[in-house]
Amino acid sequence: MTTVRVAGVGLTHFGSHPDRTGRDLFAEAALSAGEDAGVPREDVDELTYGNFMGSIAERQGHQAPLMAEAAGLACPATRYEEACASAGVAVRQAVRLVRSGEADVVLAGGMERMTNLGTEGVTEGLAIAADELYEVRAGITFPGAYALMARAYFDAFGGSREDLAHVAVKNHANAVPNEYAQYQREISVETAMESPPVAEPLHLYDACPITDGAAALVLVSEEYAREHDLDAPVAVAGSGQGGDALALSDREHLARTPAATRAAEEAYADAAVDPDDVDVAEVHDCFTIAEVMALESLGFYEPGEGIGAARRGETTADGDRPVNLSGGLKAKGHPVGATGASQLVELTRLLRGDHPNSDRVQDARVGVAHNAGGTVASAVVHVLEVVA
Amino acid sequence: MSRDDGRAPRPALRADGGDRAGDEGYDEWLAAVAAGEAHYLACPEGHGWLPPRRICPRCGSTDLTETPLPDRGEIETFTVVHVAGPRFVDDAPYVTAVASFGPVRVTGVLRGVDPAAVDGDSTDPARIEPGLAVELDVGETATTGERVVVLRPAER
Repeated sequence: MTTVRVAGVGLTHFGSHPDRTGRDLFAEAALSAGEDAGVPREDVDELTYGNFMGSIAERQGHQAPLMAEAAGLACPATRYEEACASAGVAVRQAVRLVRSGEADVVLAGGMERMTNLGTEGVTEGLAIAADELYEVRAGITFPGAYALMARAYFDAFGGSREDLAHVAVKNHANAVPNEYAQYQREISVETAMESPPVAEPLHLYDACPITDGAAALVLVSEEYAREHDLDAPVAVAGSGQGGDALALSDREHLARTPAATRAAEEAYADAAVDPDDVDVAEVHDCFTIAEVMALESLGFYEPGEGIGAARRGETTADGDRPVNLSGGLKAKGHPVGATGASQLVELTRLLRGDHPNSDRVQDARVGVAHNAGGTVASAVVHVLEVVA
Repeated sequence: MSRDDGRAPRPALRADGGDRAGDEGYDEWLAAVAAGEAHYLACPEGHGWLPPRRICPRCGSTDLTETPLPDRGEIETFTVVHVAGPRFVDDAPYVTAVASFGPVRVTGVLRGVDPAAVDGDSTDPARIEPGLAVELDVGETATTGERVVVLRPAER
């Protein structure tokens, strides 16, 4: 089985671009990834593309061929939808295609257009990731669902809003030098604590913003990279995916995310690494509490111990294992169907040394990306490793 | 799912008399809750689920039996929702809670409690509501009049 290399990465600015079409956003990210890779477009064998709510936001279904066309590709294209994990799944499928030998070069990525819908429209759009019959009709919103998990976490393990505020403060600080981030500004614990409630106990600064953006990666086989003399020092060493009941009420535990635990175990085994080997991580902090549960599912902390990680400075930029040096979904932004790919773009740059925060993790060799769908009814974990 | 299983077509169950197609299984469950006859589906291993369901996701059993839901449940977690979607915008702020009724949990809007008086931020066990005994009911949303699963504090 061949090793998959990241040949190139590309992003659009993450932010409010209400007038930009999805096809234009994705084309920008794809062009950027192609240029970074130095791979001619005719060599791309397939496009795997993540998108969640394009049928609502742009009334556009059947997006994959549209995006291939926009990216200048004449190849088969498939859209993957797994809510906020759509692009993570798309990358995973690209990894499988290259590993199986069916493709030498795959463009993997995702796009989401959101701000044109307004807050109410986005709230309704995001809710379709939850169980329509038994959750959405009972008033559950996306923040509401994570608020239910946060409350359950506090009751089971302790912790407080202030612990969560430290996660937001950390991720905002990390985003400051990131030119692609939606919010390149620091916030204080007080600002986070005093922000208005969205779904108690979660307040405005516990939540990721509404974001437009796209991300793309060119993944190639090790053989292709060698034959074409590509500079592709980072490999996708491991990939894993897990699933769970869609409705929170049908899960065994309301404050844990076993789908992510299973995805992490599979990815670690695939890459032959342990949680202790991980130098840097990008995790799915759609809400501050989500980062806490991600750290526990990734095996960095026991259940109940992740809540204080940011406050204790263990996951900050100068901590032992920096988490979300990009700014995370929280400050970098969360264009839902692009996020899973954008995490791997950020991680690749952090490991290659060309990220503005690379100097925070100078000797890093192993990075992990954790991408979750809905309230983690689906989860994808990838391990990246510097191999050249 | 097709209706060619020999069963008679069921009457429309929408409260507003609208002609939108229903959600078979869910609609009947909601009607049963409204009639005070709430039930769940139990598999022989004791796992509980809400309809429609043909197979127990935990053990794979297809031998699911309609079983009366316990009269009282207990709130496990809740949130005070301030930013609502369009279908609940006039209901906000409202409390959505997950309550355990033995082998099955039910999510509903908590009524009979003033949302403004609920401290959804507090982590002081004495000031929060998990453990509150609740009964199941069906109400309507203020925004659209759609039927909604309601949890009410149980009468002592």
